[in-house]
Amino acid sequence: MIQVNQLSKKYNGTTVLNINNLEIPKGQSFGLVGNNGAGKTTFFSLLLDLIQPSTGHITSNNIQVNENENWKSFTGSFLDESFLIGYLTPEEYFYFIGDLRHQNKADIDALLAQHEEFFNGEILNNKKYLRDLSKGNQKKVGIIATLIGNPEVVILDEPFANLDPTTVSRLKKIIKDLAENPDVTVLVSSHDLQHTVEVCDRIVALNKGEIVKDIQTSKETLQELESFFAV
Amino acid sequence: MIKKFIYLEWKAFIRSASFGANLAMKILLGFLMIYFSLIFIGAGVGAFYLLKEMNLEPLVTINKFLIYYFLFDLVIRLLMQAIPVLNIKPLLVLPFKKPTIVHFSLGKTALSFFNWVHALFFVPFSIVLIVEGYDIIGIIMWFLAVFSLIYINNFLNIILSNIDKLFVVFVAIAIGFGAAQYYKLFDITVLTTPFFQGLYAQKGLFLIPVLVLAGLYQFTFKYFKNNLFLDAGLSKKEDIATTENLVWLNQFGTLGTFLKNDIKLIKRNKRSKTTIVMSVVFLFYGLIFFGNMSQPPAMQIFAGIFVSGGFLFVFGQFVPSWDSSYYQLMMTQNIPYRGYITSKWWLIVIATFISTILASFYLFYGWEVYLTIVVGAIYNIGVNSHLVLLGGAFTKTPIDLSQAGGAFGDKKAFNASAMLLSLPKIFLPLLLYWLGLHFADKTVALALVAGAGVLGFIFKEKVFSLIEKRYKMEKYSTISAYKQKN
Repeated sequence: MIQVNQLSKKYNGTTVLNINNLEIPKGQSFGLVGNNGAGKTTFFSLLLDLIQPSTGHITSNNIQVNENENWKSFTGSFLDESFLIGYLTPEEYFYFIGDLRHQNKADIDALLAQHEEFFNGEILNNKKYLRDLSKGNQKKVGIIATLIGNPEVVILDEPFANLDPTTVSRLKKIIKDLAENPDVTVLVSSHDLQHTVEVCDRIVALNKGEIVKDIQTSKETLQELESFFAV
Repeated sequence: MIKKFIYLEWKAFIRSASFGANLAMKILLGFLMIYFSLIFIGAGVGAFYLLKEMNLEPLVTINKFLIYYFLFDLVIRLLMQAIPVLNIKPLLVLPFKKPTIVHFSLGKTALSFFNWVHALFFVPFSIVLIVEGYDIIGIIMWFLAVFSLIYINNFLNIILSNIDKLFVVFVAIAIGFGAAQYYKLFDITVLTTPFFQGLYAQKGLFLIPVLVLAGLYQFTFKYFKNNLFLDAGLSKKEDIATTENLVWLNQFGTLGTFLKNDIKLIKRNKRSKTTIVMSVVFLFYGLIFFGNMSQPPAMQIFAGIFVSGGFLFVFGQFVPSWDSSYYQLMMTQNIPYRGYITSKWWLIVIATFISTILASFYLFYGWEVYLTIVVGAIYNIGVNSHLVLLGGAFTKTPIDLSQAGGAFGDKKAFNASAMLLSLPKIFLPLLLYWLGLHFADKTVALALVAGAGVLGFIFKEKVFSLIEKRYKMEKYSTISAYKQKN
């Protein structure tokens, strides 16, 4: 589904990301772990054509993302709060994204009903604009909005950060359900090794922009990763 | 302690988003600042001799209008001047004493553009008065009093800024006084002129505004200090949100989706709401020109462009910066650039259309005047709407929607390339009109300008492709510029 070739990103001569070759097959749930500055967000930004690669390219479903914009129709993503429109209510935001993804109101209402538990009664009909919601609640809105229109690729940057324990476990269930669908490729990045191991089939560890581990998840994965990141 | 604050301010100033831009822009900005300063200083020096020539006593005449001057100053401040509370937060937990923080924040407002710009007029005016033989002590006292009043406005604005829509009250008061004076019902200046004149003539009277200022400062200081908590003075006001579906816009497809969003954008944010107010102000701009025979006739088209173009100039200028806070989202959604630009174009066209209809009161000046406005509107729709959108590709100043100020409050909103692009918006029709007047008559002149507008309209699709290409080229640098917030 996603193919990375000779990809690198340099800022003023410093290489922040350098991936020679990486292939993510369709239907995989892919976890990206690494310390701060390892290049996780840079990789996702490149995948979403928000920054330009210094060399190489990424193709998604055989579409080179920095040449052709057709990947947008099957990709859902949430990197940070700048993906939210602060002056809309959560409902309006969902309908707005729905309109852009050619979903009607009923489709959106059905999706929202499905995730009512995840919202925990704090999102819908709350008479608040998105800008006035707490960080955690903003994140909930952003995550569910990526699911609108049944995207084939779902990209979530640090989805577990800022969430309360109950919501984390509910989110894990959502991601696992997505991962079970053979048509959906999920990409998740996180600092939290345990959460990532739980929801992903495959884990890639980045360090200073380079891939240092690429493992299929098994019982020993967590231990292996923990010993790698321990000093 | 204060030294640390000044250090922080200096860093904030030199590291602001557009100040760090290239040298050419800095130079241009410098020229603009000097140019406008010179105009103000010129007005300060010239006012004396101009009034003298009109056989008016300069100081008395100025004193007569001071009451309106201060009222409008307050209105403009309430609309535009931002209150610097946001950057206080990180200082609260550091070892600074609360009084120091408050003194500094208040002191900072004293250096605002909205205060020193008055000095550009009053300092030269006072110097001329002294040179012309007025009593030195009297003038100095008068000057001190006037500046105290300006600073009283400054602190009034800080205290009153939490009350929404207050400026409407002050506009109403100003218009009320003005109308009453015009129709000779009641003349407020009869009451106020002796006071302002007294500031010069009576020794010691100037102490009243100075003392009021000192008292007001004390009050503001206490008010701020007592509210220096995250859930009090530093809290963000949360609006009660209502979900609006604006279903009637659904029939326009993607265009409707964007229009819905833009309408909410304008309605729900302070900064964008002021653009509506400004558009209404622009509507009355023509009054200066059409009733006034001393203006060169070519300037009429100038007014024609501005009357209907208020929204175009104040809103259109900042497309796509209005969407800067969620630009990354827009770039990852399934949005054709053309749809996005087209929706903004329609918004501008609709606003221009409404302004033109509202401007029908200019028919009072005769149908020729209104025709000029209609021709201006045609040019705005056909040519200026495209130019403004094209300029948008170069406007990389993120807009903080929650702040009312910006347009004049800080230097960040100035953008040289956008500025250069605004020249043809005004001077091209002026040139066409002038050529028409010079070589033929008014009808030809109007036809030329309208023709340019129609021509622009015909080539709309071509121009849109060009604009789209520009936006795509600028995509990455725009994203990275929008990421750095204040």
